[in-house]
Amino acid sequence: MSAVAGRRTPRPVSIASFAQARNVRRDDEHNEVEMLMPVVAEVFGTIGITKDDIDFICSGSTDYLIGGPFSFVTALDAVGVWPPKSESHVEMDGAWALYEAWVLLQEGEIDAALVYCFGRSSPGNLNEILALQLDPYYVAPLWPDPVSLAALQARALIDAGKATEADFAAIASRSRRDALDNPKAQVANDIPAEKLLEDEYIVSPLRRHALPPITDGVAAIVLAAGDKARQWSKPVWITGLDHRIETHSLGARDLTSSPSTARAAEGAGVSDGPIDVAEIHAPFAHQEIILKEALGLDETVVVNPSGGPLAANPLMSAGLIRIGEAATRISSGRAHRAVAHATSGPCLQQNLVCVLEGE
Amino acid sequence: MADRDDTAAAGDLGPVTTLATPIRLDFEFTPGVAQSRFLRGLERGRFIGQRCPKCGMVYVPSRGSCPTDGVPTTEDVELANVGTVTTYCVVNVPFAGQSIEIPYICAQVLLDGANISFMGLIQEIPADQIRMGMRVEAVWVDPDRLTPSLASVRYFRPNGEPDADYESFKEYL
Repeated sequence: MSAVAGRRTPRPVSIASFAQARNVRRDDEHNEVEMLMPVVAEVFGTIGITKDDIDFICSGSTDYLIGGPFSFVTALDAVGVWPPKSESHVEMDGAWALYEAWVLLQEGEIDAALVYCFGRSSPGNLNEILALQLDPYYVAPLWPDPVSLAALQARALIDAGKATEADFAAIASRSRRDALDNPKAQVANDIPAEKLLEDEYIVSPLRRHALPPITDGVAAIVLAAGDKARQWSKPVWITGLDHRIETHSLGARDLTSSPSTARAAEGAGVSDGPIDVAEIHAPFAHQEIILKEALGLDETVVVNPSGGPLAANPLMSAGLIRIGEAATRISSGRAHRAVAHATSGPCLQQNLVCVLEGE
Repeated sequence: MADRDDTAAAGDLGPVTTLATPIRLDFEFTPGVAQSRFLRGLERGRFIGQRCPKCGMVYVPSRGSCPTDGVPTTEDVELANVGTVTTYCVVNVPFAGQSIEIPYICAQVLLDGANISFMGLIQEIPADQIRMGMRVEAVWVDPDRLTPSLASVRYFRPNGEPDADYESFKEYL
C-alpha cells in the first residue's frame, strides 16, 4: 500500500503575498525586529491588508543563531499582536511554519495566516552551531562542521558515478548567473564553470563555489483561503504539501539519494502534472543533483531561476524563500505549475515539498 | 584472549548514566538602531526610550517597534532618573556566581514618562522595607566608568518622595 494511499484533495490555499529582505552577508545595523518590520509591512502592503485581516501567525527561526533566548517571542513585536492573535512558532525553517499554518487552514476555521521567518547567520560560528543539531552523544562532541558533512555526501555521489566535480561547478555557475536578475540575491556573478574549477578545495571534493554563502535574511508569506484568496490577489494555489524525515544516524543513510524528498514529492503530487519551474533548497551544489532525481524532474524543468541558495542562504528562511520565489514565477505568468523544496538538518535529512499552481 | 577479559570487566561496571559534552558558543550581539540609542544613552548617564507614533506609548529600552501596533518607533524620549517600584521580589537564595550580598531586592521600576517597567536592583534599604509604589532614583557609576551597558546603572535607591498612588501604576503590573 502506498504511503499516500489516503491522499485527499486539500482545501485550496493561496500564496497571496511574498516579501523578503535583501540578502546580505551581515546586517550589523538592525536587530531582528528591525529586519522584519519592513518585510512584514511589505507582505501586507502589496495586497492592501493589515495585521487585523490575519487570523493566525506562525514563524520559523532558531535562537541558537543569535544566541538570544526567546528571540522568537520578541520578534513578534515586528507584527504587533494587539488585540491578541493566535500564534505559533517552529524551531525550523519558515517553510515548516508555512506547513503548520496550511494545516490549520485545512480545518476551515480560519481563512488567512501570516508566516514569517528570520535567519541571522552572521552573529555566531555556523560550523559550531550546526554541529549541535547532530546526535548529542556520539557525533556532536566531535564538532563535525556542515561543510565537511556535505563533502562526505559529495564524495559518495562521485564514487557512485552519479556526478563529477564539473557538474558541481556547472550548477554553481548557472545559479549565480541567474542571480544577476534577482535584486535580493547576495552572490551574483557570471563566471564560467571551467574557471570555477580552478578554485582551491575548501573540503575536498567541494571548492568554494559549491558552498552556500553565509547570509542574513528574513522573509514573509501571507496565506489565504476562501473568498480572501481571490480578493487579495490572483491566486497561486498550493495543490500539495508534504514533508518527511530520515534517520538521525548519518551512517545509516545512503547519502547519494533522498528518499524523504521522494516520499514527500509523492505525497505532494509532484508527478500529477508537468512542472515548469523548481525552486530547490540545495545549499551545496551537489545536493541539487540528488534532489532533482528525488523530485523526478527532467531536463525541461527550469531549476532555481532566482539563483537558489547558492546565491543567498539565510538559515531558517531559505526554504520559505523557495516557496515565495516559485509562487512569484507563477503570479508573474512565467510558469503555470511549480515545485518548491525546503531542507533541514545535515546532508538533506528532512525535506518539504510544495506544489504550486496558477489558474 | 585478553580483550575478552577486558570486555567482561567493563560490563561489570554497569550502565553509563552520565556523559559530559562541554559546549560553548560565542556570539556578536547586534542591538540594532533603537537599542543602540538606549545603550548610547546609558553611556551618557541617561535613559532614552522611544514613543509609538500610533498609540503614544513610550518603551524603554525600545527594540524599534511598538509591540502593540507593530509600527516603527522613531521618536526618542529622554526619561527621568526617577521612577516607581511596581512590583519586586527579595532574593534569599545563594547561587553560583552571585555578586550581591543576600538578601537583596530585585524590582520592576517604572521610570517617570515610560509606559513599560524594567528590572532593577534596589539598594540602600533593608530588604524587608521594600514596597510597591516606592519612589526610587538611579545611582550611576562614576562618569569615567560609564559604558553602553546597563552596568552603568549601579542600582536604584529610595529617593525620599512619598509613595506613588496605586492607581498611578496599576496598569503596569
